Amino acid sequence: MIKTQSLNEIASVWLERFHSGAWTQQDQAELDGWLAESSAHRAAYWRLEDAWSNASRLTALRQPMRQSAPPRRILPILARAAAVVALVGALGVAGTKYFAAPDTRVYTTGLGGRETLALSDGSRIELNTNSVLRIAAKANSRTAWLDKGEAYFEIKHDAAHPFVVFAAGQRITDLGTKFLIRQKRDRVEVALIEGSARVENDSNSARSAVLKPGEIAVATADKLSVAHSAMAELANELSWRQGQLVFTETTLADAVAEFNRYNSTTLVVTDPAVARMKINGTFPTSGAQMFARVSQHILQLRIAKRGNEIIISR
Amino acid sequence: MTERTPGTDFDGADSRRVGKGVTASQAKAWFVREVLPLEAMLMRFLAKNWRNKSDLEDFRQEIYAQVLGAAEVNIPDQTKPFVFSVARNLLIDRFRKEHIVPIEAVAELDTLRVPSDEPGPERSVISRDLLRRLQLGIESLPPRCREAVVLKRIEGLSRREISQRMDITEQTVSDHVANGMRVLADVLYGEAPELGSGS
Repeated sequence: MIKTQSLNEIASVWLERFHSGAWTQQDQAELDGWLAESSAHRAAYWRLEDAWSNASRLTALRQPMRQSAPPRRILPILARAAAVVALVGALGVAGTKYFAAPDTRVYTTGLGGRETLALSDGSRIELNTNSVLRIAAKANSRTAWLDKGEAYFEIKHDAAHPFVVFAAGQRITDLGTKFLIRQKRDRVEVALIEGSARVENDSNSARSAVLKPGEIAVATADKLSVAHSAMAELANELSWRQGQLVFTETTLADAVAEFNRYNSTTLVVTDPAVARMKINGTFPTSGAQMFARVSQHILQLRIAKRGNEIIISR
Repeated sequence: MTERTPGTDFDGADSRRVGKGVTASQAKAWFVREVLPLEAMLMRFLAKNWRNKSDLEDFRQEIYAQVLGAAEVNIPDQTKPFVFSVARNLLIDRFRKEHIVPIEAVAELDTLRVPSDEPGPERSVISRDLLRRLQLGIESLPPRCREAVVLKRIEGLSRREISQRMDITEQTVSDHVANGMRVLADVLYGEAPELGSGS
């Protein structure tokens, strides 16, 4: 006998589809139709929906990391006064460790989160916003995977046991090092602050480079290039460790993209002329709204709020 | 919860009245707030009075359908007695239909009181218990299913992203996540059970 799909199963298929990331208006219409068919459908669907929504509290089950960053103070927002608003502090969502395959530990930060991880060998890793890092679970392991986002590494060098990080098909091997890895949509950037590190394509080790301090490697699936950068600029790249974003002659497009990495309020710039405008300043990573107000006053732009978005235009 | 609710058009309080004086959104809110927290108690009640465990899910669904259908016309004053009277009637009906219990047993069931030694429907009861139940639920999932659920619910990845991350088809991701949704609802509302089934 073929067991027909139970109502509960059908409801769960709808709910999964709704959350799949590919939900269309057509789907919504179909779901509405299905829900309208009977109270049994509605009850089954709402029951699963409510449970799934409650399951967001699973985040609270994540265990705290071995060492969290020191508490930071949130200073009151000084708002619109000047383009240079140096503020310390960011609202950090606790960095966390949660259920994972038994052979790795997973550490993750939410939007706007930032966390420090201290390894038993004395190395430190700082995880930036919206990032996922895995570390092999066995004792004294020296292998990590940056699955998403950005992390700063200060690695205690051990020539016999090099520390290796995998990120989007690249293998970064520490040769005594402080370095920063950031995943972008189609590439990985590795900036070397101190010491030395090797970047190589995981499937083609011929494509590799040994970085010196101040160098930034940009690796895509099929290309690896190395650029030199002033240490001052590199310091800006690391300002998130203090909860700041530092802009130096940064285009509005780039600045907005930076803020959107940290905040659920999305800044939107569609006008290309506005996108090319440049701005200087230091902002808290959580200061998307402040940034919008500042650009309004300094660059004479207009801002409009629409739902979760702030539109910046002329 | 800031999440967008599916069925928004349906329940979006847009004055669509499903019964006299009750909007769909009111009925839904009542169902979620007052009926779901009774589920554990309800399932125990059913399990005690019905041998075949594989029928219980159908019973639950039938009871919810009736209860919600009634509430969409008129929200009952007292949720717990109402839900359990529906459950009782359903059981009696099934007993009679299947001729499986002597009529005395039905009579006895008729007089069954709503369990009074159990916590009421307060949402806080569920909250207190919530994390533990969720934890049990998530741990009870098969490893790959658990991984998919965690990526979905905690990291908010899309079906496609999970498929790439786990190197499985999108259909398999869907199956894992849908399965996880059912298991989580069961552990959250129902009897926190012999975990490990995962449907």
